[in-house]
Amino acid sequence: MSVRVYVPCDSGALSMGAERVAKAICAEAERRGLVIELVRNGSRGLYWLETLVEVGTADGRVAYGPVKVADVASLFDADFLNGGAHALHLGVTDDLPWLKNQERLTFARVGITDPVSLDDYLAHDGYRGLRNALAMTPDAIVQQVTDSGLRGRGGAAFPTGIKWKTVAGCVADQKYIVCNADEGDSGTYSDRMIMEDDPYVLIEGMTIAAIAVGATQGYIYLRSEYPHALVSLNTAIERAQAAGYLGEHILGSAHTFHLEVRRAAGAYVCGEETSLLESLEGKRGLVRFKPPLPAIEGLFGKPTVVNNVISLATVPIVLDKGAEYYRDYGMGRSRGTLPIQLAGNIKQPGLVEKAFGVTLRELLYDYGGGSASGRPIRAVQVGGPLGAYLPESQFDTPLDYEKFSEIWAVLGHGGIVAFDDTVDMAKMARYAFEFCAVESCGKCTPCRIGSTRGVEVMDNIMQGKQVSKNIALVRDLSDTLLNGSLCALGGMTPYPVLSALNHFPEDFSKASAIASETALADPA
Amino acid sequence: MVQGHNELIAEKIEAHRGMAGGLLPLLHAVQDAIGYIPEESYLAIAEGMNLSVAEVHGVVGFYHHFRTHAPGRHILQVCRAESCQAMGCSELETYVKARLGVDYHGTSADHAVTLEPVYCLGNCALSPAVMFDEQVLGRVDKATIDELLNTLEAA
Repeated sequence: MSVRVYVPCDSGALSMGAERVAKAICAEAERRGLVIELVRNGSRGLYWLETLVEVGTADGRVAYGPVKVADVASLFDADFLNGGAHALHLGVTDDLPWLKNQERLTFARVGITDPVSLDDYLAHDGYRGLRNALAMTPDAIVQQVTDSGLRGRGGAAFPTGIKWKTVAGCVADQKYIVCNADEGDSGTYSDRMIMEDDPYVLIEGMTIAAIAVGATQGYIYLRSEYPHALVSLNTAIERAQAAGYLGEHILGSAHTFHLEVRRAAGAYVCGEETSLLESLEGKRGLVRFKPPLPAIEGLFGKPTVVNNVISLATVPIVLDKGAEYYRDYGMGRSRGTLPIQLAGNIKQPGLVEKAFGVTLRELLYDYGGGSASGRPIRAVQVGGPLGAYLPESQFDTPLDYEKFSEIWAVLGHGGIVAFDDTVDMAKMARYAFEFCAVESCGKCTPCRIGSTRGVEVMDNIMQGKQVSKNIALVRDLSDTLLNGSLCALGGMTPYPVLSALNHFPEDFSKASAIASETALADPA
Repeated sequence: MVQGHNELIAEKIEAHRGMAGGLLPLLHAVQDAIGYIPEESYLAIAEGMNLSVAEVHGVVGFYHHFRTHAPGRHILQVCRAESCQAMGCSELETYVKARLGVDYHGTSADHAVTLEPVYCLGNCALSPAVMFDEQVLGRVDKATIDELLNTLEAA
């Protein structure tokens, strides 16, 4: 029997040369007259070890990494096909502490299977949730999701079951399931991983949602920056359809569900659900007023479930193993697990799925291994560009929606970006305003104009001009944005700005000493 | 507008006529085919999709992804988001701009590369990241950029 060699096709791995490594392994095997079976799996999420090559052995899959093309010949010399010793030998993949201590529920298959192989998906417990759902009443499905405690993983943390119940309760000739795959937050990549590395789990989750609420059409609104996810999703949809998991009479039942991927076009604000719906309708992504809620009047005016990728991809395991199984993980009102993404200046960045309750410190040091630069971690931003910056004194905060609210921070989509002590927090506050100005849809004044004014005021502060007066102005402006914006883009830009100001005030007055001297010399 | 584009765009309009919310898919199809969305095509698109020219103009202008002028032969997107900033992308941005002799949205004099900023490529575990056409590169430094651009120049 030929040996199975796994080389990831995830775009993160590809960005480190996985394609060239795969080709080199095949060429070297041929040169040596060895027969191997190359599997292109997803990424295990240990990105600092990419390209992570695995070999199937009697003891399980053995990992080597990070593998470069130049290492390939020596791997063969070391008999890596039988798990031989080599400088890059990491041991049995599943026993690596980094993976072993995780609680991978949503990510159970990611990195293990060939993403677009339906057989692989089925062999690893795929579509068990859908089979269970088909034997249940729609109400019972909604109840199961409600009981699991699953809350929207896109950032708003709204209970998924409640949203579904609202849509299920509407009478309409057409309902829609929309997957928000416009993952635009810096430091987040869990949606991308699911779509590239286990697309069927998202398709299955959306199909279950459709059955639960009575929808027959679904759209995945995918950001244009993810070309690999587009290919993976379209291939999986085609295969699912051919095998009777999508389309009419799903698995012989009376249910119909058609699914289509629609490409976004590079507007961050379209990750906001009403703006996303406008975009899907072919319009500019302007935020809508709420009410009406999208659950009642959503896409094309019809009742619509809008859920994030991770929320929908978590539904299959809830329906497979039951609400209690999922709910038993977590703390407080944050039930289940959160796929956490470690990014930025971190030694061991990657995907850590853990039950709620793990602390930032455990993530940054036990998993992350500290900063990549070796310098102290000074600040972390959690939850994307609209998330607060946290100082070291808050690193013991457990990941829990409510605990984060208590310290005026957000968990968002679970992205954690670390910065070392070379960071200038005034610059980061300025960037938050700049980003808001670039991405504002322009509908409401605080966001459209306030963001640009914010950049100007920050420029003045950074030049040391009337610092205390301008800091008061930033606070006042932030108050207007917080309370006067229609959506989270304007409404949450103050989180990074004010948290930077509150926790790192010294960075805002660096130029003031020099400036006051200049002011004395030049009173104008 | 380049000759032949009219027919191509007409074909795309025909393929998207009647599609629910079809304007974005149509604009993508046009840009995928010819690299940009010529302003001269707005009228045909508007008529085909039962919209006003102003609506088409508004949509093209709203989204960062759509362009109204022909780009260079390749597109280099440099990520400017926080994770990449934490790993020194500002320095990289300065270097790429100087190397190509353009600012963002500009095209190098030899028309080889159009430089664009991007806010997150989802490769934050391997920052700083850039995307060259549809190829994502991770842990990018000046040497990576040099290698990429030297290969282009040699070609």
